Amino acid sequence: MISIRDLHKYFGSLHVLKGINLDVEKGEVLSVIGASGSGKSTLLYCINGLEPIQGGSVTVDGTDVHAKGTDINKLRTKLGMVFQQWNSFPHLTAQQNVELALKIVKKLPRDQAREIAFRQLRHVGLGDKLDVYPSALSGGQQQRLAIARALAMEPTYMLFDEATSALDPELVGEVLDTMRLLAEEGMTMICVTHEMGFARDVSDRVAYFHKGVMEEIGPPSQIFGNALSEHTRKFLANVR
Amino acid sequence: METTQSFFSGFTPYDLLFLGEAALRTLWISVLSISIGTVLGAIFGWILYEGRWIATLTIAPVLDIFRSVPLIIQLVLFYNFAPIVGLNLDPFASGLVILTIYTAALVANVARGGIEAVGLPMRRAARSLGMSYWQDLRHVVLPIGGRAVFPSWVGVALGVMKDSALVSVLGYVELLKASQILITRTQEPFLILTVAGAFYFALSYPLSRYASHLENRWAQ
Ligand SMILES: Nc1ncnc2c1ncn2[C@@H]1O[C@H](COP(=O)(O)OP(=O)(O)OP(=O)(O)O)[C@@H](O)[C@H]1O
Ligand SMILES: [Mg+2]
Repeated sequence: MISIRDLHKYFGSLHVLKGINLDVEKGEVLSVIGASGSGKSTLLYCINGLEPIQGGSVTVDGTDVHAKGTDINKLRTKLGMVFQQWNSFPHLTAQQNVELALKIVKKLPRDQAREIAFRQLRHVGLGDKLDVYPSALSGGQQQRLAIARALAMEPTYMLFDEATSALDPELVGEVLDTMRLLAEEGMTMICVTHEMGFARDVSDRVAYFHKGVMEEIGPPSQIFGNALSEHTRKFLANVR
Repeated sequence: METTQSFFSGFTPYDLLFLGEAALRTLWISVLSISIGTVLGAIFGWILYEGRWIATLTIAPVLDIFRSVPLIIQLVLFYNFAPIVGLNLDPFASGLVILTIYTAALVANVARGGIEAVGLPMRRAARSLGMSYWQDLRHVVLPIGGRAVFPSWVGVALGVMKDSALVSVLGYVELLKASQILITRTQEPFLILTVAGAFYFALSYPLSRYASHLENRWAQ
């Protein structure tokens, strides 16, 4: 379980997250929506410790992410993350991209790493691209490569930060399909997204962020049909 | 007449050997200073990137000095002042020290550029997979940034090899100094400078060939 308690995050004097409280259970798919600058990405970075926090706590399966003694590198293998920019390692083939962290972080022997890489690349539909360099892959394929690379670490949770926003419209579908597949397989996911269709159809709950505050959280039927907050209704009226 | 004849004598095959040997000395001092200077420069570049104000107060101005003062002045100053602080270095060692620091100062900027070229998002992706700071540096920043600035590094290396000619002012008999000695004796500057130039070309051509081969391979 991911537990966030009274989380405060500042960039200098800019108060970006203003006391967030949120629990995400195993198996849950949570979508996070909200205007640009509302702090959605920052929330994900605080969950896997890529950004330090200034108040409150984030606990993952009982481990305090921001505590001094925490082995953050080990903890991060539990928290796969996919970014808006796909960030595949350009000097490595698809297979090597997936193998790298298996070899140097998990210290797996070569043949075991290779096998996992092959399995995960097939999983995301890239089973025929093992020896291809990222420069020869489309944006959608690179994003699926990034998903395979994260999945290979066998994370308990997957964090998606607008995984489809940088893609050409015709490539969005294939990445959303991969994310749907993961949700069906029971992966615990926090998805920051602008894809309202995905948020409505795939998530168990949807959280609406407004200026650093989690304004509203509830099942898609509530958020999209019957939002309690005026801000949520206004935001959704504008994106549709 | 007879004495002049033997003092100013023509270019002999033996002189070619003499130049070849000098070329090896040029190669030796260049390879040493480029190798050590590159390692030091990479470390300095990393400090410049990470160190922020600490670096701007310490190594940044020092590197600026070594980058901007003409190499020949650095060489003469160092060679003449080192003994005062108790360092009795021969021309080779003095030249090596200065060429190495000079290389390091140039490479530091190249290396910092390489780290910057990788970008924060790529590094966050690496860290999100559980890589430590050093694993990210070794397995992501070094290969990606290294390739990005490799052409600049080759430029530095070729430049330092040519600039190693300046060590001749300290009396180290490398290619240029050897040529000067032969010119004085044979009075055939065009022939000898052409031969010396050919040697310099022979030294740098393999490096530039190999570099473009690597660049092609990286570009697939
Ligand atoms: N490294 C940083 N330094 C300073 N300010 C930052 C930094 N990262 C984010 N911010 C600021 O924090 C606020 C929240 O940013 P964040 O990226 O979390 O928003 P977001 O909800 O993900 O927006 P978007 O939909 O545009 O991705 C913004 O005002 C942003 O300018
Ligand atoms: Mg964002």
